[in-house]
Amino acid sequence: MNHWPFIIAAYALTALGTLGVSWTSWRAMRSAEARADALRKEH
Amino acid sequence: MHAFANPAKFLSLARPLTPWLFWLGLTLILAGAACGLFLTPADYLQGDSVRIMYIHVPAAWLGMGGWSSMAIAALVQMVWRHPLAGVAGRAIAVPGALFTAICLATGSIWGRPTWGTWWEWDGRMTSMLVLLFLYFGYIALARASAEQAGGIGDNGGVSRVTAIFALVGAVNLPIINRSVVWWNSLHQGPSITMRGSTIDSAILWPLGLTMMGFSLWFGAIVLMRMRAILAQNKVEARLARRAREA
Repeated sequence: MNHWPFIIAAYALTALGTLGVSWTSWRAMRSAEARADALRKEH
Repeated sequence: MHAFANPAKFLSLARPLTPWLFWLGLTLILAGAACGLFLTPADYLQGDSVRIMYIHVPAAWLGMGGWSSMAIAALVQMVWRHPLAGVAGRAIAVPGALFTAICLATGSIWGRPTWGTWWEWDGRMTSMLVLLFLYFGYIALARASAEQAGGIGDNGGVSRVTAIFALVGAVNLPIINRSVVWWNSLHQGPSITMRGSTIDSAILWPLGLTMMGFSLWFGAIVLMRMRAILAQNKVEARLARRAREA
């Protein structure tokens, strides 16, 4: 049995998951900090 | 620890640390994965499928390590009332659940060519699946308690009940760890212990790189999520103050 399709699937899944959570976490941080800064400047 | 109880002090450390942890972690992950995929030999018994180990083992480590950290944060929140403990617990939950899911998925993919099956209801796999459901329960509880309180609040939305849930759920961790010893399992026994490793060093060495890389990257994600919760908390507090003044 060729193992490489299994290896590629495992690595692709991991890459997808880690990049996905990196992106959502970064976006949530940036937008929340930008909102907080904007409110502070308004005050 | 109490020196960083002040969110402003914590942020002064977290802001410069986040990109360092992220990029250093990512570099180590890529280096370890490349070495594991192209430089190490195939295992004499498992063949090339052993290369899945370089992502599967760090995922298991972070899935279990994530819940351990949440349980410690819950204890700190309840005993010392540290204002950042609940925030940390809530920030860890999503990446912890993600790594538990990755561990289960990569283990299943590894199992097909090695054991001839995608899944077996044995002690290790079942207890790891229970951990994933515990994460889902914690995330749902934290979200519900934040909604009930009308905002994230001082503890990042982590109520006392949620913190107790994290502490009780930690009972599953020694079960996962000892499952391959207590019950007959398709999963191999403990191969990396405090006394050393039964894995040949020619195959083992890139695992150190991916373990370190994923751990640093996990730290960066937790800091990003903590910063997001703290900023959101600040926004909610300002809006509430403005509404009171109007």
